Amino acid sequence: MNSVSTLVLRRGRFSARLERRTLWFFVAMIVVIAGLTLLGLCYGAAWASPARVFAALTGSGGGPGVVIREWRLPRVLAGLVFGAALGLAGAIFQNITRNPLGSPDVIGLDAGAYTGALFAITVLSGTSTQLTVGSVLGGVLTAAIVYALSLGGGLSGLRLIVIGIAINAMLTALNSWIVLRAELEIAIAAVGWNAGSLNGVGWDDVAIPFGVLAVLFAVLFTRAPALHQAALGGALAVTTGVRWDRLRLVLVLLGVGCTATVTAVAGPIAFIALAAPQIGRRLARTPGISLLPAALTGAVLLTSADLAAQMLLAPEALPVGVVSTVIGGGYLIWLLTKEVRRT
Amino acid sequence: MTTTGRSALLGAALLGLVVIAVLSVGIGAHAIAPGEVVRALLGEGNPSDRAVVLDIRMPRAVLATAVGAALAVGGVLVQALSRNALAEPGVLGVTAGAGFAIAVGSSFGLAASAPAELGLAVLGALGASALVYAVGSRSPLRLVLAGTALSAVLLGLTLGLRLLFPETFDVYRFWSVGSLAGREQAPTTVPLLIIGLSLLGAFAVSRQLNAIALGETVAHTLGANVARVRTVTLLLITLLAGAATALAGPILFVGLIVPHLARRVAGASIPWLIAFAALLGPVLMLAADVGSRVLLPTGEVPVAIVTAFLGGPVLIWAVRKYGAAPL
Repeated sequence: MNSVSTLVLRRGRFSARLERRTLWFFVAMIVVIAGLTLLGLCYGAAWASPARVFAALTGSGGGPGVVIREWRLPRVLAGLVFGAALGLAGAIFQNITRNPLGSPDVIGLDAGAYTGALFAITVLSGTSTQLTVGSVLGGVLTAAIVYALSLGGGLSGLRLIVIGIAINAMLTALNSWIVLRAELEIAIAAVGWNAGSLNGVGWDDVAIPFGVLAVLFAVLFTRAPALHQAALGGALAVTTGVRWDRLRLVLVLLGVGCTATVTAVAGPIAFIALAAPQIGRRLARTPGISLLPAALTGAVLLTSADLAAQMLLAPEALPVGVVSTVIGGGYLIWLLTKEVRRT
Repeated sequence: MTTTGRSALLGAALLGLVVIAVLSVGIGAHAIAPGEVVRALLGEGNPSDRAVVLDIRMPRAVLATAVGAALAVGGVLVQALSRNALAEPGVLGVTAGAGFAIAVGSSFGLAASAPAELGLAVLGALGASALVYAVGSRSPLRLVLAGTALSAVLLGLTLGLRLLFPETFDVYRFWSVGSLAGREQAPTTVPLLIIGLSLLGAFAVSRQLNAIALGETVAHTLGANVARVRTVTLLLITLLAGAATALAGPILFVGLIVPHLARRVAGASIPWLIAFAALLGPVLMLAADVGSRVLLPTGEVPVAIVTAFLGGPVLIWAVRKYGAAPL
């Protein structure tokens, strides 16, 4: 029975045990991602046929080729990479706190970034550099405060979440008050930024974030085995040889880094970090929150949300955050109804 | 803690509530001494003071008391039902539903008056929680996840409406920061009545919730009808949170923090928790309301912002001192 539903891959010292279902999940996700990428490159103000897209990618083709290479390609890649980053950030926080509510947007990182951005928009002149710096500083500062306040009480994840929720509530109140007192147009611009959007993202915007995220991903995957061990609980992780305090700090830094990098370019795109790990876990039927399913699900969620945002009210482009929350939330509800029916 | 000790503390909390209520009626742009407040309530004293006390400050204090009690008791119930110390009444989608209804209504130009806003908020709250219950009634965890997911969907749709229609944006941004200012002028009788009855209902189911907290099997052997108690409790949470949100807009922090504070004195007993929450919630709301009137010389700070900055540090302090109390 066991040999039918699981596969064991070996190569030298390394071996991996995969449920068949999990393997199919990976294959399906890669196919979906390829399809979404192609669709994203074809779709735009003018539809380009797949043949033309391939021609543009290999370098030939004039006008439409430039559009595909310089506008659509960076946007599609940003959707995939940022979505994966958000999914990973969510998986990290849900593993550390062992709670499905542990997510950067629940514990105040997004609210802090928004406070920084609001400061840049209302007090300073609101140039894109100020927005970037303000949001990164706001998010990182918030994370530092939440982390510092949650230290010193043993290894409780719930403590970090409750403190994060408290900070989040205060920052959210502050933010809505600033929005309340601002001029209507400025307020709308601020809320639009906060919704998160990939509109107008080009190579210049994504080159540095891609580099940063590549480094973060690489570090994270060296820590993955320890992370999964830590998901058993801090105390148990320590007894199995994980240096939990240091690991937790490294993981928080990685999670905050992923979130802040995405936010700096695209604004705080809500809900993907919260939903992707949960959806990925249910689809791949992994026992806990694993990194790779979360990353793949995040990439698919953000890319499809961005496509939907472009298509829904075309030619008007909605912020992707509007769609990502609706898709992610709706999908989670659907999964839950399915489980209800089965029981 | 012994029952006598708890009773004494409950008496002290009641006394505190009376004192802060009288203070909140006295403090404001036109300050009135506590003695004068009592005299005005008895129908004596200076007529202009009497008008301020009876027509403006008193209804507002009643509103703050009702909203505070509703949110705090709703918080106790939702935490008991979902067995999650992080749950607040909004976790069942009530607030997001109310906000969505307001956004849809104002997009169609329906939210022009205070009664219309109130009606929309109640409708949205009821609709959202009915949906959450239909999806997640089987297990507490599923209830929380379904509520969070539906809230996100509704918030996303609301955000889209706000960004598309500037008028909706304007209505929503004022509604979305919970406030008591001017809300006492809306027709509040029905929501206040709903809150009063639901609070009585909460006491009525509290002993059976205690039994359920021991686990479903134990609850059955103790004679509790688990399914019915769950349904009734969910209805109570919806009514409490929906009425409070309709009255004052979203003020959610009270529903999270007061149960945490009440647990320090009441332990795990749900009847005691409800009693303490019903007194401490109003105390927090009244204190925040006074703060919202005196903090800025130029005008009022919405009360939801004061509750957040009052409740946030207290919650952090409590978690650091006592740890995050599991249920």
